Amino acid sequence: MSSVKNTESSKSTESLIWALLHTVPDPDIPVISIVDLGIVRNVEWKNEKAIISITPSYSGCPAMSVFVDDIKQVLNGAGFQSEIKTILSPAWTTEWISQSGLDKMKAHGIAPPEDETGMDSIFAMQKPVTCPRCNSKQTKMLNRFGSTPCKALWYCNECSQPFEYFKCH
Amino acid sequence: MKTKDALYNYCLRLADSNMIHGQRLAEWCSRGPFLEEDIALSNMSLDMFGQAEMLYEYASSLSEDELSADDIAFRRSEREYFNCLLVEQENGDFAQTMMKVFLYSAFAKQLYESLLNSNDETLSGFAAKAIKEVKYHLRHSSEWLIRFGNGTDESKMRVQQAVTNLWRFTQDMFEMNDADTALIDNGISFTTDTLFAKWQLNVNEIFAAANINTPEINNTITGGHNGIHTERLGVMLCEMQYLQRAYPDAKW
Repeated sequence: MSSVKNTESSKSTESLIWALLHTVPDPDIPVISIVDLGIVRNVEWKNEKAIISITPSYSGCPAMSVFVDDIKQVLNGAGFQSEIKTILSPAWTTEWISQSGLDKMKAHGIAPPEDETGMDSIFAMQKPVTCPRCNSKQTKMLNRFGSTPCKALWYCNECSQPFEYFKCH
Repeated sequence: MKTKDALYNYCLRLADSNMIHGQRLAEWCSRGPFLEEDIALSNMSLDMFGQAEMLYEYASSLSEDELSADDIAFRRSEREYFNCLLVEQENGDFAQTMMKVFLYSAFAKQLYESLLNSNDETLSGFAAKAIKEVKYHLRHSSEWLIRFGNGTDESKMRVQQAVTNLWRFTQDMFEMNDADTALIDNGISFTTDTLFAKWQLNVNEIFAAANINTPEINNTITGGHNGIHTERLGVMLCEMQYLQRAYPDAKW
């Protein structure tokens, strides 16, 4: 009986921890949380300690070390000891970004990732990305790379504004 | 060679190639031909450092001398680096840098595709992560080569000169040694024969679109995976390691 009870109490602790992680913002795009971003893969409450498994978005993304510090700080503030584990496989993909994450991103002026199936070939035509401001498809890529590893720079011919595009990864 | 030693050696080879490539790309920071490309070069450099770090961390966990990832990255001398010779070559002009990015990314893409099937979970996980990034670099550099090769007389001349300068170092990427033998037996890594064929197909496709002639060169040079380097690496390491050598254990 007691083990069943323990499982139940650790389940409720885990959901509390998930709720706390929802308050940790992505340092580069503060409107979305690290849970929205899909980098938190697992939460486990074990031996009075929260074990959080995260997966890197980009190998060299400087935000990753910020994530780790921020998670520890938030959990520590709520009285939880924590340990962060990094897992590489399966690799993070933009498909793991939640719908609410995509919506918030767009509202913030960043075009969310669009389906780029078939873009593996060098000679494939780049599909136009939808402008996050005016929803026009009359857009062009200015730079494959942008202000952070996850973004590219685009331009909207309709509303004459540059915008950032969260790359499909 | 014991499997563990071979794996340590192999991780250093992959990590060193990525770090040295990243360090060369970082030399372009603030010197790019225009702002967007400056950002692109620094972004690619950052990806390379990230990939190197993952592998140095893994090597550190395998190290019997309890070396940290930083110790491994910054406290070895030239002969203890196992990167391929191509990436240590000087950047030259922008065409030469893009040619170097292209030749190396095309190789890394094939290599990581094979490592997805590695019996070693960390290596296969690393490959799954890294392959997405190198594909992006491959696409970017391919587009530049095609643009140069179909551009002005000047750009055509420069891109052809770039491949002439670098071609002799390409065979070195596919060289195997005792470490490979030990790892291939255990299904951790794979023979580079098939990689070479696929790499060549990829290179031929882009060179054809870019009107670039594949050089006929007999003075091929190899040795990077065994720590035998060209004179470029030592000079580069002097600068890269200066801080850790002058102020050991210095931290930000």
